[in-house]
Amino acid sequence: MNLHEYQAKELFARHGLPVLPGQVATTPEEAREVAHSIGGTVVIKAQVLVGGRGKAGGVKLAHDPEEAAEKARDILALTIKGLPVRKVLVAKAADIAKELYVAIVLDRAAKQPLVMISAEGGIEIEEVARQTPEKIVRHLVGAGGLRSYQARALFQPLLRDGKLVAQATDILLKLWTVYRDGDCSLAEINPLAITPEGQVLALDAKVILDDNAEFRHREWGTWRDPDEETPGARLAREFGLSYVKLEGDIGCVVNGAGLAMATMDLVKHYGGEPANFLDIGGSSNPDKVTAALKIITGDSHVRAILFNIFGGITRCDDVARGIVQSLETSPLQIPLVIRLTGTNEDLARKILSEKGLAATTSMDEGVRTVIAKAQEVAA
Amino acid sequence: MSILIDKSTRLIVQGITGRDGGFHTQQMLSYGTKVVGGVTPGRGGESIHGVPVFDSVVEAMAATKANASVIYVPAPFAADAVFEAADAGVGLIVCITEGVPVRDTLAAYHHVAALRESNGGVRPRLIGPNCPGLISPGLSKVGILPGQICKPGPIGLVSRSGTLTYEVVHQLTHAGLGQSTCIGIGGDPVIGTNFIDTLAMFEADRQTEAIVLIGEIGGSDEEEAAQFIRRRVKKPVVVFIAGQTAPPGKRMGHAGAIVSGGSGTAAEKMAAFQAVGVPVARIPSEIPALVAAALSRRRTGRSAQATSARKTRSTANGTRTKTGSRASESRDASRSTRRVAKTASRKRR
Repeated sequence: MNLHEYQAKELFARHGLPVLPGQVATTPEEAREVAHSIGGTVVIKAQVLVGGRGKAGGVKLAHDPEEAAEKARDILALTIKGLPVRKVLVAKAADIAKELYVAIVLDRAAKQPLVMISAEGGIEIEEVARQTPEKIVRHLVGAGGLRSYQARALFQPLLRDGKLVAQATDILLKLWTVYRDGDCSLAEINPLAITPEGQVLALDAKVILDDNAEFRHREWGTWRDPDEETPGARLAREFGLSYVKLEGDIGCVVNGAGLAMATMDLVKHYGGEPANFLDIGGSSNPDKVTAALKIITGDSHVRAILFNIFGGITRCDDVARGIVQSLETSPLQIPLVIRLTGTNEDLARKILSEKGLAATTSMDEGVRTVIAKAQEVAA
Repeated sequence: MSILIDKSTRLIVQGITGRDGGFHTQQMLSYGTKVVGGVTPGRGGESIHGVPVFDSVVEAMAATKANASVIYVPAPFAADAVFEAADAGVGLIVCITEGVPVRDTLAAYHHVAALRESNGGVRPRLIGPNCPGLISPGLSKVGILPGQICKPGPIGLVSRSGTLTYEVVHQLTHAGLGQSTCIGIGGDPVIGTNFIDTLAMFEADRQTEAIVLIGEIGGSDEEEAAQFIRRRVKKPVVVFIAGQTAPPGKRMGHAGAIVSGGSGTAAEKMAAFQAVGVPVARIPSEIPALVAAALSRRRTGRSAQATSARKTRSTANGTRTKTGSRASESRDASRSTRRVAKTASRKRR
C-alpha cells in the first residue's frame, strides 16, 4: 500500500521527524482556512499516488489565504496521470539552501535494507541513478541495525558542517525506525532540505507499506483511501483476489499469479490485448468466481473473457460449478472461453456441457479462440 | 538421483492440524512421501491420517529422526516456525505459507544462513516462503505440487511460480520428458533458496540432463542466474520469463513480481539469458521442443565425446571406462558447487 504524502508525514511526525505544519484540504475554502491558521507563505500540494506532481502543475506556492484558495481550486481541478486530484496538502513553505535525497528500501539481492543518500535531492532518484550513479551513496544495513556512527559517516562528506551532520544523522536514524518498525518497503525523504538558517527538514515524504504485515498494524485500514480505489480493485480486495487493470479487451481469469502473467503474455503473443491480470488463487470458492466475473464485466472495454484454470490442488469441477452458478445469477452479454486442465477435468467438462458450455484443454487454443471471439464482437 | 528430496526423506509437517496442513499431509502420504510426524503446539499426542502429532519440532525430531520439514502455519507465525525447525536441527525447511511480511522472512533467512555458515552439525536450507514446494517424481513430494502430472526423467525444473510450474510440467510430461526434481522456490521478494543455488544442485545431480528455469518480473535473480550459467553450468538450460506484458509499478499477484524504478522487466531478463546463449521460450508451449532439442544435442555430443574419449584412453590406459569419466565429471561439478557456495557467502558479507 502506498501512503499519501500527508499520511506519510503524520507517520514521520509521530516518530519525531521534522516536518513543517500542514493539513489536508478537499475544497478551496478549507485550503484558505488552513493557510490562515498556518500563516505566511504556504505550499499547496496535490495528494495523488503518482510521481511527477510538480511537473504536472500539482505543487504551487501561495503567499496569503486568498491565493491559497485560488491555487487549491486550480490543483483540485487537475487530473494527474489519470488520477483526479481530490485532496491537497496545505503546508508551511520553507526557504531551501540545499536539497538531499534520503531513502531506505529493501535490497532484494543482498537481502538487507539499503540506505541511499544523494546530494542531488528534489529530482527523481531513477534519473540520478541512470545519469550520475556515482552521486548516490549506498549503505547496507546489517543485523545490528543502523548505527549512528554509520549514519554520521554517510552525511559527513555531503554536509561537512557538524550541526547539519548531527541533524541529518538524527533524521536518518528516525527514518530507520519508521522503516523497520513500520514494516515499510520504502521510506523516502525527497527532498531533505537545508534552510538558509541551518535547519534540516523533511519537505516531502513517500512511504510504501508491506501489505503482508497489515495484521500487526491496525491503523493501516484507516489509511486506505477508498477514493483512490476503483470499484474493481475494491471488489478484488474484499474477495482476496489479485487484480490489475490493463488497457486491452480480453478479460482473463486465472488461478495462480505466474500462470496469470503467462496468460496475458500469450494473449499478446497471438495478437490480442489483455484487459487485466486477475488471479483467483488456489481456492475454487464459487463466490470468488462470481466476484471475478463481476470485476471483469465492470470494465466496459472487455469484449470477451477467458478462464484459464490449471487444476492441481484446485479442482476443475469446483471451478466449473462456480462458473455455472455465477452465470445463472448474472448471465453474460459477451463471449466466454473456458480452458480447464488437470484434477477432475472430465467431471468439469460434463458440468459445463450440461449448461451448453464447452471447455478446451490447451492454453494456446483457449487464447486463440478468445481473441477470435473478441474480434467478432468488435466487428 | 534427484535433488534435495528422495526415498530417504523423512518429513514432519508444521501446522498439521490446520485445514491445508491436514489435506496436504494426506496427499503427500498417498504419493509415497514418508511423513513421520506433525507439529501443532497444544495438540501433542493426537494423530492425523495416522501421523503422530507433537507439541514442538524438538520433540518430533527426537521421536522420528526426521530430516525435513514443511510449514503450513498461518503467515503471522510462519517465520517463527522456520526458526523453530532450524534450531531443532532440521536440514531441509520448506515454507509453503503465503503472505509472510518481508521483515519476518529476512530474520528467518539470516538465521538459517548463519546456522549454515557455522558448519557444526546439520546445515539447514530454507525453501520459500510462498512456494509450492518440490517433488522428485516417483520418490517423494514435499508441499502442494500435484503428483499426478509428473513422471520420473532427466529434466530438472526450477520456478518462482506455482500453477505456471504445473502447466509447464504437464506439457513436459505430455511430450515424454520426465523430471528429476521440480522445485518452486517462491514468489516473494526474499526467499531462502534462489535460482543459483538450485542450478548448482541440478548441475551436480547425475539424473538431471537438462534444466528448465521459469522466471518472472521483479528483482535480479534471473540476471544473476544467467551469469552463473555462463560460468558454471554445462548442462543445457531452457528459460521462460512470465510478465512480458506486465505494466511497471504494479504488483502482479506475487509480492516479488513488480517492475520498480524501470528495472526487473521481462525484456531485460530474457536478454540476459539470450546474451549467454541460453534459449528463451517466448510462450510456455515452446518449452518442450526446446528442451527436447537441447537434450538430443547433449546426448549426441556426449556419446561422440565418450566414443572419442574411450578411443584416446584405450590407447593411453586400457582400464578406464566411460563410467569412470562420468564420475570424475560429477566430482568436478560438486567441487564447482562448493566453490560457488563460498563465493556467494563471501559476497553476502
